[in-house]
Amino acid sequence: MSSYNLTHLAQLEHEAIFVLREVAAQFERPALLFSGGKDSIVMARLAQKAFAPARVPFPLVHVDTGHNFAETIEYRDWFAAEIGARLVVRYVEDSIKAGRCLEEKGLNPSRNGLQTVTLLDTIEEFKFDACLGGARRDEEKARAKERFFSHRDEFGQWDPKNQRPELWNLFNGRKNQGEHFRVFPLSNWTEMDVWQYIAREGLRIPSIYFSHARRVVNRNGVLLAESPYITLLEGETYEERIVRYRTVGDSTCTGAVESPAATLGEVIQEVASARVTERGTRADDKRSESAMEDRKKAGYF
Amino acid sequence: MSAPAAPAHVHTDEHYLSMDLLRFTTAGSVDDGKSTLIGRLLYDSKAIFEDTLENLERVTEQRGEENLNLALLTDGLRAEREQGITIDVAYRYFATPRRKFIIADTPGHIQYTRNMVTGASTANLAIILIDARKGVIEQTCRHSFIASLLGIPHVVVAVNKMDLVDFSEVRFNEIVAQYSEFASRLSIPDIKFIPISALHGDNVVEKSVRTPWYQGGALLYTLETVYIGSDLNHIDPRFSVQTVIRPNNDAHHDFRGFAGRVAGGVFKPGDEIISLPSGLPAVIKSIHGPEGELAEAFAPMSVVMTLDREIDSSRGDLFAKAHNQPAVTQDVEAMVCWFSPAKLNPSGKYILRHATRETKCAVKAVRYKVDINTLRKQTEDVAIGMNDIGRVFLRTAVPLMTDPYKRNRTTGSFILIDEFTNATVGAGMILWPEPSERPAAAQFADMGGL
Repeated sequence: MSSYNLTHLAQLEHEAIFVLREVAAQFERPALLFSGGKDSIVMARLAQKAFAPARVPFPLVHVDTGHNFAETIEYRDWFAAEIGARLVVRYVEDSIKAGRCLEEKGLNPSRNGLQTVTLLDTIEEFKFDACLGGARRDEEKARAKERFFSHRDEFGQWDPKNQRPELWNLFNGRKNQGEHFRVFPLSNWTEMDVWQYIAREGLRIPSIYFSHARRVVNRNGVLLAESPYITLLEGETYEERIVRYRTVGDSTCTGAVESPAATLGEVIQEVASARVTERGTRADDKRSESAMEDRKKAGYF
Repeated sequence: MSAPAAPAHVHTDEHYLSMDLLRFTTAGSVDDGKSTLIGRLLYDSKAIFEDTLENLERVTEQRGEENLNLALLTDGLRAEREQGITIDVAYRYFATPRRKFIIADTPGHIQYTRNMVTGASTANLAIILIDARKGVIEQTCRHSFIASLLGIPHVVVAVNKMDLVDFSEVRFNEIVAQYSEFASRLSIPDIKFIPISALHGDNVVEKSVRTPWYQGGALLYTLETVYIGSDLNHIDPRFSVQTVIRPNNDAHHDFRGFAGRVAGGVFKPGDEIISLPSGLPAVIKSIHGPEGELAEAFAPMSVVMTLDREIDSSRGDLFAKAHNQPAVTQDVEAMVCWFSPAKLNPSGKYILRHATRETKCAVKAVRYKVDINTLRKQTEDVAIGMNDIGRVFLRTAVPLMTDPYKRNRTTGSFILIDEFTNATVGAGMILWPEPSERPAAAQFADMGGL
């Protein structure tokens, strides 16, 4: 009987593929939210496998804050072309210009929250009824309560106190007009699983995940990269450090970690001995104890 | 708790890539020491990071509480932290060199049935906590009944707070006897008892010197070594078609693949299958998995099968083998757990989702309701409300391909959906389509021993 065992990584892979196929079967116009970050790369890879030898039957969608790392944008375009997928990009800048939202004021203006407006507009524009996201339950405590199939009302909002129970592998994707779903095939993956899968599959990932020299400023313990969108405070200076990124988001709120890890193997060793969560480098989560929950309720990723 | 030394060998590739996966559920209330136990498992396996712990210390201090409140780790929602209660199932992850673990942490008080049933539906193992001072109480029975009903193959009864009964072997044996007597009315194949103190760590990660009379392993060792290789059905071939893959491109002009997840048995190229409900036969030409072509496919693999001939088969159909078929039936006899504030309408219509098939169904009869605290059947008051469990008879609009839940958790389960709100209102475990065909003793066992 022992030959009928799957390793945990294989089990996660088979589970994610099952979820991706359920999305294709239950929805009319799904989209895969693709940021060029490691989680969305793994998700896109799984989508490729789920429908092979056919193409991925939905577009990749990226909401570009305009403050992204150049390396990630380059990677995004290369990747979409590589797998022959349709790429839809919508810009927060356009939402601001159209008066749909206001640029944050203050010292550390972030467009991270504004993405929600652009994302919801994009969903409406294309009438997407399911958006696949690479979020994982191990990332953050509000996400630990998230379903695989997460229902959003007609305003795109999440109601955490009134979620549909999810049993066995039975996913209820039924909805009324104007409502949509966020679907998270990687729910049960951990940061370590994602890295191991990248290694196993030999996936190419953006260079900022590996050690490099970069000018950064240390703000409240978060190392922010030099960028025209950051105003230095008195006493703050940029200095060059050897860093890499554990997570890739908006450059104004994603911190680097000092690290010499230059290869996948070294990154994996580092993750294995890490003592700080991956979202610990995200300034957007440090705003309050419920920062993630509040953003998710409003329709964030 | 002192910080454990970093186990450098844990995540080397060979280890990591050969680890398997155990999903378990923990049930109980804060008073049982459940949060302390989970906190200890997570912390001692390095799944709690420094910043999470610092944050926890800060928040505990802000709230003016004295002891580090480990429940704040699992109570992720604002409403939960404010009210100091756990509303929803939370999933937690940790790994040891042997296994990766997924904990479905279910709250003990609020909506316990709904949450426990949800957490139990995918679990291999349940940890049931008993306070050594109190012994087997109503809640213990409730949790054990749900574990049995949901077909969890392994139960670990953790007799906690042994420090408060002076690590008494006599007291432990009393509880073992008490529980065993009660559990003989259930059908749980594998029950283990462990005396622990979650607070002091006795028999949690390391074997305790304070229980020299206890011959078994520590809790973590048990979780790492419990044999789960035969938890899934590798006997009855079952494959529900999820979607049909047709590339329609030059390279794969004639490719028509049936995508789905194996729910039971083993499929190999060359095997003759039949597609149900039509009964059309075909031979498997090839099986494609995530890493390429496969010589065999078994549960829970997601694969694509191509056949030697064109048959009319699509989402919702099921492949089995001629000599081993599920029931093809519109009559469903099942135990149902109810999740909705609106009671089950005893003559109502619902949407039923079973495997990859969705159909309408009508409630034809409510046989009885289970008093979840006494495990008695109630045949007079059969109104099934939120968190109630009862036995119903349903008629579906199209045939379903079903196995008894005891035989197969995938082809034996379904959910009920409200036609108007689209909410998931109930979960069902199929007993047998035609109860009259079964001997009375087997019926008894099918009902979770009721």
